[in-house]
Amino acid sequence: MAGTGKAHLRDDKNVLLRVEDLVVEFPIGRTGLKVNAVSGISFDVLKGETLGIVGESGCGKSTTGRAIMQLPSPTSGSIKFDGTELTSLSGEAMREARTKIQMIFQDPISSLNPRRNVRDIVLEPLTIWNRGTKAEQLAAVDKILEHVGIDPQRAAESKPHQFSGGQCQRISIARSLVLNPQMIICDEPVSALDVSVQAQVVNLLEDLKKEFELTLVFIAHDLAVVKNISDRIAVMYLGKICEVSSSDDLYRNPAHPYTEVLLSSIPVPDPTVAVKKISVDGEPPSPVSPPAGCRFNPRCPNASDRCRSEEPTLREIEPGHFVACHHPLTGGEAPVSVRSN
Amino acid sequence: MNQSDMVRSEHEPLVETIDVKTHFKTARGIARAVDGVSIQIRRGQSLGVVGESGSGKTVLSRSIMGLLPRNGVIREGSVRYQGQEIGNRSDKEMQSIWGREMAMIFQDPMTSLNPVMKVGKQISESLRKNLGMSSSEALAVAEKLLHDVRIPEPARRLNQYPHELSGGMRQRVMIAIAMACGPNMLFADEPTTALDVTVQAQILELLSEQKRDRNMSLLLVTHNLGVVAGYTDEIAVMYGGKVVEKAPTKTLFANTKMPYTEALLSSIPRLDQPSHSRLSTIPGRPPDIVHPPKGCRFAPRCAYVRDLCLNEEPELQQADSPDHTYRCFYPVGSPEYLERRVELTRKGELVASEGSN
Ligand SMILES: Nc1ncnc2c1ncn2[C@@H]1O[C@H](COP(=O)(O)OP(=O)(O)OP(=O)(O)O)[C@@H](O)[C@H]1O
Ligand SMILES: Nc1ncnc2c1ncn2[C@@H]1O[C@H](COP(=O)(O)OP(=O)(O)OP(=O)(O)O)[C@@H](O)[C@H]1O
Ligand code: SF4
Ligand SMILES: [Mg+2]
Ligand SMILES: [Mg+2]
Repeated sequence: MAGTGKAHLRDDKNVLLRVEDLVVEFPIGRTGLKVNAVSGISFDVLKGETLGIVGESGCGKSTTGRAIMQLPSPTSGSIKFDGTELTSLSGEAMREARTKIQMIFQDPISSLNPRRNVRDIVLEPLTIWNRGTKAEQLAAVDKILEHVGIDPQRAAESKPHQFSGGQCQRISIARSLVLNPQMIICDEPVSALDVSVQAQVVNLLEDLKKEFELTLVFIAHDLAVVKNISDRIAVMYLGKICEVSSSDDLYRNPAHPYTEVLLSSIPVPDPTVAVKKISVDGEPPSPVSPPAGCRFNPRCPNASDRCRSEEPTLREIEPGHFVACHHPLTGGEAPVSVRSN
Repeated sequence: MNQSDMVRSEHEPLVETIDVKTHFKTARGIARAVDGVSIQIRRGQSLGVVGESGSGKTVLSRSIMGLLPRNGVIREGSVRYQGQEIGNRSDKEMQSIWGREMAMIFQDPMTSLNPVMKVGKQISESLRKNLGMSSSEALAVAEKLLHDVRIPEPARRLNQYPHELSGGMRQRVMIAIAMACGPNMLFADEPTTALDVTVQAQILELLSEQKRDRNMSLLLVTHNLGVVAGYTDEIAVMYGGKVVEKAPTKTLFANTKMPYTEALLSSIPRLDQPSHSRLSTIPGRPPDIVHPPKGCRFAPRCAYVRDLCLNEEPELQQADSPDHTYRCFYPVGSPEYLERRVELTRKGELVASEGSN
């Protein structure tokens, strides 16, 4: 099987989203070649939980988020949301299902219609779905705008470009909330924002999550932000999941060599801490012809012959902590080369 | 004029600005993008310029390089390079400085590389133009430069177009181009903001290595204080077109004076905090530089504000050492600051960990 294992899936009645063996491939023209963007990953999210997805640029985070929304629908695999299999829904039923799962994107300004006023932008989903009377709709919009800290009066008079980046991100959050969704997929929602504004948006998401009983999937490459907001984190590498763990555990006790590299690259805001030497060089290999065995092996300091031929599967090394590696840093047998020093 | 050149010593700044102002005429009025900035960079030193979006970081770098729009700009103050005034030079006179003496890596690598020109040609062009090399010489040097910035298979890359490279590699190509003529001074404007952490770390590492090996000076622009902590000798914090605090990097972190710097630092999420820790934020937004506030520009957002701050603009103050300056009436640690801090903590408006560094 192509998958990297399912040991980490939970048998819990509170599972809201369950993704199994997700594969997304993009054919390259008529060459017969394809981009293996996502190669058989599985994960689940419980009601009220925040799952963080991290990994280098191009590892398939956005593709995963979009595949959940069936934008486009995956090459293969199963996506069950609240008991419904999304991959087999008709177009109309999927449109309906999308009101329960919303997505917000990295670039706040360009994801909003530049020609409409902000209040109308937030109102639009309600008019499309014809929810309630006009008066009820406007009342709901204004309440949500207040909630995210945007003055409804100003929203009625202004276009998106008259707001700052952080404010535009608040506006897209408001828009994603009006239909009362169960889950929001946030794709790099704060990457384009100043650190000071980032903190405001993260706090806002945390508040809204409690208030509206939301479940979040939070995609980002800034690990400090992901750690802060997530309950559980999945680390992706070149279309695969290499580690799954509770957020605090992952940082305290990384088990996959790639997770350790990611962690050691985070700049520490303290000049007295020496900058750590980065242990991998180069770029991730091409997803067109991914390496055999463990996909991280060409860059891994611990790689053995086994890593070059046999693909590791996710297994539990301590309660709730899963890793797909033949020689994990904790909870497994270290390779000889590592043990000797 | 050349006399200053002769008496130049190691300790004299390579680049110096004295009260530089760069204002733009806009429909709404005069935008005071850079409003009286004095900085110095010595040879082989790196200066971090940090501040929120719109604080004037890019305009400051461009003012030093002489890369400003032709029309609608009001410039004042002095820009010196190796002791000589360059602030009033024409584009033609600056040609001998651009590339060879000072070079710049721009904020967005995709829009600053030429999309229809092969990477090799983009690098070799400037070598031919500025150093008069032949095409084959220039291509050989270009390959060496790509190798220096750790691009795998440099020979093959010479024949690729920018869109065939990843974001990290494009940023390396930008660095290679900037390094081509061996500049003394490199401006790097948010060179890593668009990149993910592993590549970010590699690029910063690469820049400091090049700085060391070539005894080059570096001005590193960023909005994230955390990013520059390990890679700069000095930091200037900008707010609303002014430098509001400047100090050697270690001093700035250990002995922060300006409440704004403290607020910027505490808004960075830290790995040593447990997940779901409440992040500190700075309320409100940066000042309107067309109509800046009358007193301290940070006053409307400052937790330590008092009447004086709203009415008078704080002058540049010296902290414990001459190389540490700031603009604030009630700096971190002052009696008024401490008094307000106690109040805020009691009211629960201050997270316990905030500003504890
Ligand atoms: N529509 C598409 N057609 C072809 N290839 C695609 C398409 N969308 C994504 N890819 C490729 O699939 C891979 C995964 O892309 P994806 O956008 O999911 O990465 P990511 O993890 O979100 O990266 P980033 O952090 O840069 O946003 C990449 O190699 C990308 O080039
Ligand atoms: N050509 C121009 N005409 C008018 N205003 C300008 C011009 N260039 C810049 N500005 C204004 O000057 C101010 C400073 O801009 P600058 O680009 O230096 O900010 P920055 O600190 O680099 O921000 P960022 O982090 O977003 O890059 C901004 O308010 C900007 O809108
Ligand atoms: S001068 Fe006043 S308003 Fe400005 S930073 Fe200092 S305390 Fe705050
Ligand atoms: Mg993405
Ligand atoms: Mg800028």
